[in-house]
Amino acid sequence: MFKSFFFHLGRYFVFLGQMFRRPEKWRILGKRILVEIDKLGVDSFGIVTIISLFVGAVITIQTATNLDNPFIPKYTVGTAARESILLEFSSTIVCLILAGKVGSNISSEIGTMRITEQIDALEIMGVNSVGYLVTPKVIAMLISVPILVAYSMCIGIFGGWMAGDYTGLCPSDDYIHGIHYAFKPYYVVYSLVKSLTFAFTISTIASYWGYYVKGGALEVGRASTKTVVVSSIVILIFNLLITQIWLN
Amino acid sequence: MIEAIDIHKTFGDREVMHGISATFETGKTNLIIGKSGSGKTVLLKSLVGLYQPESGDILFDGRSTINLSHKRSLALRREIGMLFQGSALFDSLTVEENVRFPLDMFTNMTLQERKNQAIACLERVNMPKESYKLFPSEISGGMQKRAAIARAIALRPKYLFCDEPNSGLDPLTSSVIDNLIHEITKEYNITTIINTHDMNSVINIGEHIIFINSGNKEWDGTRETILQADIPAMKEFLEPYRLRFE
Ligand SMILES: Nc1ncnc2c1ncn2[C@@H]1O[C@H](COP(=O)(O)OP(=O)(O)OP(=O)(O)O)[C@@H](O)[C@H]1O
Ligand SMILES: [Mg+2]
Repeated sequence: MFKSFFFHLGRYFVFLGQMFRRPEKWRILGKRILVEIDKLGVDSFGIVTIISLFVGAVITIQTATNLDNPFIPKYTVGTAARESILLEFSSTIVCLILAGKVGSNISSEIGTMRITEQIDALEIMGVNSVGYLVTPKVIAMLISVPILVAYSMCIGIFGGWMAGDYTGLCPSDDYIHGIHYAFKPYYVVYSLVKSLTFAFTISTIASYWGYYVKGGALEVGRASTKTVVVSSIVILIFNLLITQIWLN
Repeated sequence: MIEAIDIHKTFGDREVMHGISATFETGKTNLIIGKSGSGKTVLLKSLVGLYQPESGDILFDGRSTINLSHKRSLALRREIGMLFQGSALFDSLTVEENVRFPLDMFTNMTLQERKNQAIACLERVNMPKESYKLFPSEISGGMQKRAAIARAIALRPKYLFCDEPNSGLDPLTSSVIDNLIHEITKEYNITTIINTHDMNSVINIGEHIIFINSGNKEWDGTRETILQADIPAMKEFLEPYRLRFE
């Protein structure tokens, strides 16, 4: 168990090292990054929209029903919903979902290329396969995930507003006053920095498991599962560490 | 000419290659034969450098390829073309883009020049024009093999490695692919090494043959002398074909 942990950790860092070799052609790297942004980032807007809308609504309704006290002003609901969405939901939860969607996509794609010898074919041509396959995905994720997270914040807060107004639990004016009340911009920065860490975690861990697949289709599936489990755990650990260091 | 000198290769604590020495000549189709699991793929991948042998030396026209610096091994790899057992075409690229890929990566030709050269390679392997814009999953296995050959020769390699070029093909298509590899070898004067367990290939294009059995080289010769071989494992391997040979 410990032996295998340190084996993977060591190999993971060697793997990361290969990402930083000079690319064969900068223009090709640029093109590959655009393709990956489209595939990994743009394609995730749908799921992020749906989840943010619903969770924003649920957070608001729950906060409102729990703050059912005449001495607590109504706008507190908006403030509380904003804090939950900015601090935790839009960064951590959205990234956990991306670990499932994007992570398994990356690891099965690279894993399939491994077992069908496409990675060997790259190596034989003298192409740095990690640089060609993995680096564009990591860069694309570092660009897309913060944008997705910022977008999720807006949609989440919007969802809360709709739910509060529609159910009458928190009228529009109160909610809008609430989300402006005592707003700390650095919470947004904190969240976006977290999301950068998570983007790197998801893309490199997924690529790592895919890259070292041995065997057949079964192992590719297993690598996807491992990706989701390991990257979720690492995200939760980093979340705790960053929160502890930053907000204390 | 490629020389392998006393190659040993171990996986974990199991040695699968017990000191193989062989010479593969330029301008000839060199065949590595042996039954499934005998170590043909491991030998081929050791020769091209995808596996690092524990001991021994490999010389490409006199240049040792063991322990090369990263830069020199990249330079050497541009002289190598390889055809994989499952074709290994990139499935996100079309047939034409696959063939153009090594040109895109390593040459400074203009797009039009690269396109022209890719098409010339595709024409050389007799790919039908309609297939250029298709993806690998949309063409047959035989067509995939042709496209993979076209990609392997795009940079005019000096060395060509083929791992079971006939696997999964019908006998007719197999011999077409065999002949194609043979012609290209002659035309560009390439050192070609082919892994196979197909006796038809041996009869057809076996100019120089080595026989591998459980990680040992047991025999070395030509198709003319193969029937005189007096090695038990090889007799067993040849038995089903003996009648047709004679
Ligand atoms: N990556 C690997 N790790 C461990 N053992 C391996 C590996 N690759 C091959 N082997 C072992 O080496 C031996 C030779 O395998 P190899 O793939 O070279 O056979 P082959 O002659 O190419 O067979 P086939 O005709 O079926 O392709 C086998 O016993 C196999 O189990
Ligand atoms: Mg094999």
